[in-house]
Amino acid sequence: MGINGVKIEAISKNYGLIEALQDISLDIHSGELFGLIGPDGAGKTTLFRILTTLLLADKGKATVCGLDVVRDYKKIRTMVGYMPGRFSLYQDLTVEENLNFFATVFNTTIAENYELVRDIYVQIEPFKKRKAGKLSGGMKQKLALSCALIHRPEVLFLDEPTTGVDPVSRVEFWDMLDRLKKQGITILVSTPYMDEASRCDRIALMRSGRCLSVDTPVGIRSSFGRHLWTVRASSMYKLLVDLRSFPGTYSCYAFGDAHHLTLKEDGREMDDLMQFLKGKGYTDVTIESVEPSVEDCFMAL
Amino acid sequence: MRTLRYLLEKEFKQIKRDRFLPRIIFLVPLMQLIILPFAANFEMRNINLGVIDNDHSVLSAQLVEKVVASGYFRLTNVSDSYDQGITSIESNESDLLLEIPVNFEQQLGREGAVEVLIAANAVNGTKGGMGSSYLSQIIQDFNQEKGFTSGLRSGGIRSTSLFNPHLNYKNYMVPGIMVFLLTIIGGFLSALNIVSEKEKGTIEQINVTPVPKTLFLLSKLIPFWIIGFILLTIGVIVAWIVYGLLPVGNIGIIYLFAAVYLIAFTGLGLAISSISSTQQQAMFTAFFFLIIFALLSGLFTPISSMPHWAQQITLFNPVRYFVEVMRMVYLKGSQFADLTGHFVVVCLFALFFNVLAVASYRKK
Repeated sequence: MGINGVKIEAISKNYGLIEALQDISLDIHSGELFGLIGPDGAGKTTLFRILTTLLLADKGKATVCGLDVVRDYKKIRTMVGYMPGRFSLYQDLTVEENLNFFATVFNTTIAENYELVRDIYVQIEPFKKRKAGKLSGGMKQKLALSCALIHRPEVLFLDEPTTGVDPVSRVEFWDMLDRLKKQGITILVSTPYMDEASRCDRIALMRSGRCLSVDTPVGIRSSFGRHLWTVRASSMYKLLVDLRSFPGTYSCYAFGDAHHLTLKEDGREMDDLMQFLKGKGYTDVTIESVEPSVEDCFMAL
Repeated sequence: MRTLRYLLEKEFKQIKRDRFLPRIIFLVPLMQLIILPFAANFEMRNINLGVIDNDHSVLSAQLVEKVVASGYFRLTNVSDSYDQGITSIESNESDLLLEIPVNFEQQLGREGAVEVLIAANAVNGTKGGMGSSYLSQIIQDFNQEKGFTSGLRSGGIRSTSLFNPHLNYKNYMVPGIMVFLLTIIGGFLSALNIVSEKEKGTIEQINVTPVPKTLFLLSKLIPFWIIGFILLTIGVIVAWIVYGLLPVGNIGIIYLFAAVYLIAFTGLGLAISSISSTQQQAMFTAFFFLIIFALLSGLFTPISSMPHWAQQITLFNPVRYFVEVMRMVYLKGSQFADLTGHFVVVCLFALFFNVLAVASYRKK
């Protein structure tokens, strides 16, 4: 772990009876682009709030840049940038005023760190006299990122930055993160979109407050132990029911426009399956082999 | 210091840009100051009077004429019998009945005393009570005028109103309403302003910056201190222009008290903001205090006419003290030496509310 890493040791947090985080341990390296992947309610935001010193954990300890999140919270606040999931800049201030405001509260100026935010800020600069509340979703997100970066943080926390953003802007946003990573900033990003996982150096799959698996996207995909097939036919719902009733099926779920299928014993049972489907009266079934995605791995966990 | 200046700059920008706030801060209080003193007038006029004149003499006609000429009453019903008169009360035609007995003139001339009956509709207690006391006063005057002295009353009681010789209710209300305006600005707008940052989530973004919480809260309160002073000044000017009212005493005393009072109420606002997470919650909490403070302040009803236990409660009401101070300085010309007790109490309230606020923010 380098200077700008984040270390999480056995963190737990309960809200009443709900266990939001259960014994989470992660080690995020300096300069890494680390993704927390999981559905809503997985505990991603809670973890971010603990790391950004907004919330106290019930158990366990965490350090950011080697500083304890409880004891050294004041120092941490000068070193991290946080972009909450909900847009929380001043809607009644203009783009420029917001950026200026956050620069000032961090005791710096726009000019001092313009270098770092230039790539992002130039895209919204034409609208700098517009009130933040009147910006489009994608522009709000760029402004929020600029404000989180204006004090040149060592670690950047981005909580679901691409939720509710169009696909093109999402790709652009990840390109921006790549450029920031080159500046040596450690980035923690959470997202419910599995397809974004491949843009991270390493990812942690989270569900119901637990960390299911931590690895590189490639590592996670190769840990998928079985051969994965896509199955298509004209009557997709009936096909799903029938595939699940096939005795040799290990797992089968709808995945976009096809069903993803794994078999208990790869290869040997494929012929049986063809016979089985023919017996059910299917004539137009196509079965193809496919590389497992992160989502497939998530489903398998 | 630079940060505080910038935080304040941001606050004022936001207040200025808010579509609603500048209006509620400046326009509404002005309206209150101009309209309320006329509406909150405790003088009863236009009381509907029903008369049952069983005598039909010159003297009885003169008495009725005198009553109507007083300006407090409006003759709306003339009945032949008491029962008929009661019907007119039931139909809301009259609020008060005056029954003059048979042989009124004769008996009065012979015995020097006669009883008339006054019956009042007490559904509106104030109207009934005030009406009957006005009416007996007039009858007493009538007695004296005609030279009839009725035993005990012969001496008569003459009252003089000191400091407000014409018993002008506006002189009495206007200084009190100014206190009320400061209460709203200091205690409640400040609470709403802080809670709105919570509601919008912007406080979250501030919390991850190195800005200390005290500095942030200070930047939220200072604008309301300034606005409070501007408003007080406007109030003083309006009182002077519209009501011709200038403080008899030193205006500096009013500003000194206002300063401590604003600190006290922004403290209360701060405490309210720490326990509420939405503006709606803050609004209702504030409203609860506002009603109690207003009704137990002596602003609308004299504290001395409250039951003993309610009077004890008013001792814990900061509004009460400032209302008293305002009236004493405005009407009586009291000096600071007369008000040191009040000053100490208001200071204690300021201390108490702010300690409360700090404690409730600490806990989180």
